[in-house]
Parts: sequence; structure tokens; C-alpha cells
Amino acid sequence: MGEGYAAAMPANAYNWVAVWLRNCLAWRKVALASILGNLADPITNMFGLGFGLGMIVGRVDGTSYISFLAAGMVATGAMTAATFETMYAAFARMETKRTWEAILSTQLTLGDIILGELAWAASKAVLAGTAIGVVAAVLGYAPWTSILCAMPTIALTGLAFASLAMVVISLAPTYDYFVFYQMLVITPMVFLCGAVFPVSQMPSSFQHLAALLPLAHAVELIRPMMLGRATPDIGVHIGALCIYTVLPFFVSTALFRRRLMR
Amino acid sequence: MSTAAIDLAGIKKSFGDKLVVNELSFTVARGECFGLLGPNGAGKSTTARMILGMMSPDAGDIRVLGEPVPSRARWARKRLGVVPQFDNLELEFTVRENLLVFGRYFGMGARKIESLIPSLLDFARLESKAGTRVSELSGGMKRRLTLARALINDPDLLVMDEPTTGLDPHARHLIWERLRSLLARGKTILLTTHFMEEAERLCDRLCVLENGIKIAEGKPHVLIEEQIGCSVIEIYGGNPQELCALIRPFARHLEISGETVFCYAPEPEQVLAQLRGRVGLRLMQRPPNLEDVFLRLTGREMEK
Repeated sequence: MGEGYAAAMPANAYNWVAVWLRNCLAWRKVALASILGNLADPITNMFGLGFGLGMIVGRVDGTSYISFLAAGMVATGAMTAATFETMYAAFARMETKRTWEAILSTQLTLGDIILGELAWAASKAVLAGTAIGVVAAVLGYAPWTSILCAMPTIALTGLAFASLAMVVISLAPTYDYFVFYQMLVITPMVFLCGAVFPVSQMPSSFQHLAALLPLAHAVELIRPMMLGRATPDIGVHIGALCIYTVLPFFVSTALFRRRLMR
Repeated sequence: MSTAAIDLAGIKKSFGDKLVVNELSFTVARGECFGLLGPNGAGKSTTARMILGMMSPDAGDIRVLGEPVPSRARWARKRLGVVPQFDNLELEFTVRENLLVFGRYFGMGARKIESLIPSLLDFARLESKAGTRVSELSGGMKRRLTLARALINDPDLLVMDEPTTGLDPHARHLIWERLRSLLARGKTILLTTHFMEEAERLCDRLCVLENGIKIAEGKPHVLIEEQIGCSVIEIYGGNPQELCALIRPFARHLEISGETVFCYAPEPEQVLAQLRGRVGLRLMQRPPNLEDVFLRLTGREMEK
């Protein structure tokens, strides 16, 4: 087991690029539809909630509600893009399209493939998060430079959520199981983690729970950047997202090995 | 480079409490085509997967191109080409893109791959299809593309799991012809198949598996001589039991499969003389082939 697990780890620091390039080529064929899909949902939310609810709510955390919400939508957009790319597209490549099987007959290892998929999902997260940020900047709700500053954080958020979704797809027998993860984990996080209203409005037990969730750390990093403020506890938030990236990576590699190479 | 291409020693593999491969040992020399034969479920694909390092044996040693597998399977796979049982091409990509993407998995640069693509397409007889999406190719073309893809890293050894299953005879013959040209170029091929004709045409040596156990190994013509060694008469259209009673004294061995009697006869004229004049019988006399060996070893009733 130990030896086999070691052999499944990434072979080097660059093999994953071939997997990333493969996914990029596939994406380029459907890029326009993909970008529109990534944008539509968060922008609808931002306008609907921002203008509609924003009228009633007034100012939140010392800024207009739509500015407050924009940062939350960037983090949420990154989360959703990485999660869905992994749950649906990567699962299809693993299970139905047999892409992973083909790759495993080359010199790449299982770890190389997973790393490539994570990097790709993070790239999609950057695309989705940045697109929402650009919309916010165009409308004057965030400074342009803040979008650039937030990009590495958006990428890290994407990595963390892709890595978590990898564990889900390594265990899921079919697509049908993803809806549980979506309903029970992803959607509640949007409301628990300060994306649409401040965490401080929740009862303290929920605040403690939120402090453990990856989206909360992503929001805590991205919002100050987009509002042009200093980020308190920046190391803690980055560290938390790194843990959410690295631990699931090792777990999912072990689980995929059991599933694909028993 | 004097080491064997594949060396299996005492391989065992179980799924749950079902023993799929039991004490399997064989050696494939460089430059030869070695066939792994057996009915469905005999353990052929499992053996192939273990050789590729995609599955670990419970016991035994595997060496592929001198590398211990699975611990150094990645290094072995650098010099290996694989044609899987089911096509796993990129359907939404073009033929050219499939080769490009696959070459990158071997760490090759785009320019290097582009320089190889014309000769690979030429080999696979897909010269005019470079820009065609794979989903638009026929089954035979897809198999040939899979074969071309397996050659992108100029492998020393090709592992093919039932390469012609599901192809029409024309497409199958074209694949066989391509494989022979690879053997002529000095490549080693490990082939799993349940097509006896395929094994007889291509394989220098073969090994017959049944229920994960090796039941015969050798050169095809030697196996045919050893196991059968005489003419075969197939008799259709009578009562099999009655026919058997009639010709038994002149047959070395008799087998009944459904409505057909297979008679292995050193002197077929005597058998034919016995049957002459009986109405409704259809007879076919032919030399023995690998299928007879296979069915003799694994039992007529087992496999279609």
C-alpha cells in the first residue's frame, strides 16, 4: 500500500501542465458559452440583491450594500466555478469519458492528473471571480487595481474548493450524489460565511462554525482587498485555505487509487 | 538490453474471495508477439492491467522492460504504448489534437509532436483525417488512431487489450497488417484476444488462460500439432449421438457442440466413407487450427 501510494504521487512539479493544457484545449471550443454561464448567475444575484435589497438595507460595514455584496459574489463565484468544474467536468473525465484512464497509460501518475485538474479548476475560478470583479469595477463598486490584487486569493479559493470536490467525486458512485454536497455544504456556506451579510449578525455558535469554513476565509481575504482596506489576520486566512487545498489532495489521491487502481 | 520485455513470476490476484489470476508466470522476449488467450473472464485484462502498473498483484513479481512494476511502472510506461480494450480517445478533439494532447503526457513539446504527426497518420492510414473530429470517425478509424496514439512515444513494447474486438473483417485485417509492420520494425507486442484467428496470424508464442490459470503455452503451430495433430471433420445436420456411435472407431477424439459433431481423425477418408450416402448431412473437412486447440483445452460448450 505504502509503496503503491508513493508511486501514485505527482512524479514532478511540471507533469500536471499537460493535463491543464488538455482541459484548456477542450474549454477553448466552448469558451463563450462557458464564460456567459460563469457570469450569469452571480451577476443576477449581484443586481437583484444589490439594487433590490440594497435599497432597504442601506450601508453595511461602512460601505454600500452592493459594494459589500460584490466581494462576496467574487468569492462565491470562485467557489462555485471550481466546485462545478470538478464535480461535473472532472468526474466525466474520470468516469464516463475515460480520459484519466488514457492518461494513466502514459508516464503521468494519478497525482499528476489530480494536480492538473485542481490547477484547471482554479483557473476557471479565477476566470469566474475576476469576471464578476470586472463587472463591479465597471459599475464603480470596486477599484480596478483591487481586482488584480485579489486574483491570487481567488486562485487559492478555487484550489481549496476544487480539492474538496475531488474528495466528493472520488467517493460518489454517480452524478446523483453531487446534489447532496451542493445542497448541504456549498449553498449553506454562501449564507454562513459572510458572502451576502456580515458574519457578525449571526448567533455566536454560527460565527464559530463560520470561522472553520473555507468560504469565510476567502471572503475575509477578498472583501478588504476589494474595498481598499487592510486585511486583518491575513496569514490565518491564507493558511486555512492552504490546509483545505493540501489535505483533501492527499485524501482524494488515496481514494482515487482505491477506486481506479485497486 | 538483453533482458526480457515482460517477465511475470508467480502472479496472484484476487477480487474479494474470487481468485482471478493464479500463479501465472511467463516471459515475453524482445521483438516477439506474445498472445494472451482465454475465454471472457479468464484474467487476460487483469493481467494486462497489472503489467501496466494500473493494478497491484497480491503476490509475485512483474518486470516490464527491466523495471519492477508497479513500483517503477511510470518509468516502464515511458517506453510503452497501450491500446486499451475500449477506445478512450478525445471525441470532441480532432485527430491531430488527440495526438498533440497525448504526446504532451509524455513530456514532448508541441513542435516535436507536430513533426511526428504526419508519419503517424500515414501509418494509421488517416492522412486525410487530421482535421476531422474523432466523433465523426468510423470504429476502424478510431482503433487505428488509438494505435497511432500508442506509438507517439516510439515505444519498445505495445500492450494491446483485444485490439480488434467489435471491428468488421475489413478493418480487422487492416489492423493486423499494421501490427505485422510494427513487428517487422522490431517492436514487441503483448496481445490479449479471444479471436483465435488473430492469435494464429500474429503471435509468435501464446499462452492460454482459463479461470486465471495457464493451461497451455507455446508456438501456435506446435500447440496445434501437439493438441490436435490430425484433420478435423465438422458434421452438421444429423443426430449427434447416433453419428458419434457410427464414426467412433475411426476417430481419435469426438466432440459435440450443439448440433455439430467435431471429429478429429488421423485418416479422414475412413470417416467420410462411413457417412457417405446419408441424406441431410453437411460435412466440412479442414486442417486443425488454433480454435480447435482452444476449444479442446477450454471445452466446446464454454464460449461462442
